[in-house]
Amino acid sequence: MNFIKLLESLSDKEALTKKSSRRDSFSQMKSFGKNAALASIPFGLAATSSKAKAATNAMAAAAFQASSTDVLNFALTLEYLEQEFYQKGLNSGVISDDDMTVFETISKHEDAHVEFLLNFLQEDAVDKPTFDFTGGPGGLTLDPFGENGTDTATAYAQFMALAQGFEDTGVRAYKGQAGALASDDALLEYALQIHSVEARHASKVRRMRMEKGWIVQNNNTLPDAFAPIYAGEENTNQGDVELSGMFSDFGGDDALTAAFDEPLTMEEVLTIGGFFIES
Amino acid sequence: MKRNEIKENGPEPLNGRDRRKFLKLSGMALVGGGLLLSCSDDDDMGMVDPDPDPMDDDPMDPEVFDLGSGNLGILNYAFALEQLEAAFYEEVLKGDYYAGASAEEKAILEDTTNHEIIHREFFKAAISGAVSAEQVLPDLEFDFSTGPNAVDFSSRDSVLATAVALEDTGVSAYNGAGKLIDVSDEAGVTYLGLAGKIVSVEARHASAFRDLVSPNTSNFASDDILVGLDTDPAFDKATAPADVIAAVLDLQFIVTEFTANNLPTA
Repeated sequence: MNFIKLLESLSDKEALTKKSSRRDSFSQMKSFGKNAALASIPFGLAATSSKAKAATNAMAAAAFQASSTDVLNFALTLEYLEQEFYQKGLNSGVISDDDMTVFETISKHEDAHVEFLLNFLQEDAVDKPTFDFTGGPGGLTLDPFGENGTDTATAYAQFMALAQGFEDTGVRAYKGQAGALASDDALLEYALQIHSVEARHASKVRRMRMEKGWIVQNNNTLPDAFAPIYAGEENTNQGDVELSGMFSDFGGDDALTAAFDEPLTMEEVLTIGGFFIES
Repeated sequence: MKRNEIKENGPEPLNGRDRRKFLKLSGMALVGGGLLLSCSDDDDMGMVDPDPDPMDDDPMDPEVFDLGSGNLGILNYAFALEQLEAAFYEEVLKGDYYAGASAEEKAILEDTTNHEIIHREFFKAAISGAVSAEQVLPDLEFDFSTGPNAVDFSSRDSVLATAVALEDTGVSAYNGAGKLIDVSDEAGVTYLGLAGKIVSVEARHASAFRDLVSPNTSNFASDDILVGLDTDPAFDKATAPADVIAAVLDLQFIVTEFTANNLPTA
């Protein structure tokens, strides 16, 4: 199964629970680059109404009945992306000597995540996509490995920014699939065990970029095109209880939004991932 | 100073409307939880302490609180861990290490304190909204300054080592609790989602504290805290509540006795 087929099979399933036709949903995902701004509009709307937000959460958690195989192939696609990104980064010469141990550590973990998912999926595993870390498929012209003449400092800054984006996306992606895996105790637990490691990575890389290790509101310090990575993180409603304003002595809504990471749906994640997937 | 008056001036409890909303969402799962327990006891895989301390298990002792069964038990379990973490950081912020810490370390400690207090107060409000008061884990009393693991709040090493231990424990505890949440209705799915929203923040904390202990090494996610799944170590642990509680009680920080004799084990 290749990446496009994975997308198609996902849109098939979404057609059951969403109004948009399979064709619409597929073409939506294919046009992520030019319509990145458009694609973010539904998230913005969702954030204005707690009902819509609850619906978004419910879709991430329950209503979207992706099969375990689909979920694991989705995870594998993300892990392939991270694996190749760090391997190329380690070979690129842009990573400073001081930071090599950190990125070697992360890289080793992504290798193991891929290995685990391949062992689990066996012949059902999706093929590795062809990645383009310039972000070309998303209309970007990054050069995180300094392959296209960008100076090392700039390339490394881009590499770090992408690393943060991928790790924060990974956290939200696994979180969004917890509900879909809830009926399989073993798989749910494996996913949680990966999920928190991605969060350890995210915290570390964020702090290397002089960010807090946690996500405050929906603050995005990456290129504007990556705002969808943080869309929805400003949520202050947990368990259907509005908590905004309740913690003014304890960091206020900034601390509140940082205290809870938020999920992304599979489609939201694939839109972000699509920036870097040629085929 | 506000920090010294947390108990008196904590965030306002949820108002009645919010509590009712939560109750509506949660009621069924909590009622169903008792039924689940009677099944799960039959195949507990030996994970329940076969010989619980009779002192802790005395049904005649009205002073000892049991976390409860089903999803209520899991929520009270999480609430206990968040109480422990929050109480620890509240002490840290009163201590000499914090007073003299670098701006970066102060910011991390202050943020983490706020997050853990928010988690604690959220669980308190959520559970209080869903069940009667006597089923809500009471406010626990802690003592971090005596016993074999006593924290020296003037010592950076002591504070950070304890922070790392508590955050790593929190991560493995939520990871291990996930599959024990009964998701047969919407409320259970919500609880699982909430556990997911919190555990990654605990992991972000763990990473930051580990990195303060050993900067820019592999320590933020080192092999000694991770496990392999027929692979090299790259996965956080997922620890059963019984093991987490045993480990936490072993620290001897929790003064208030409570039991966890009815938590789901499968």
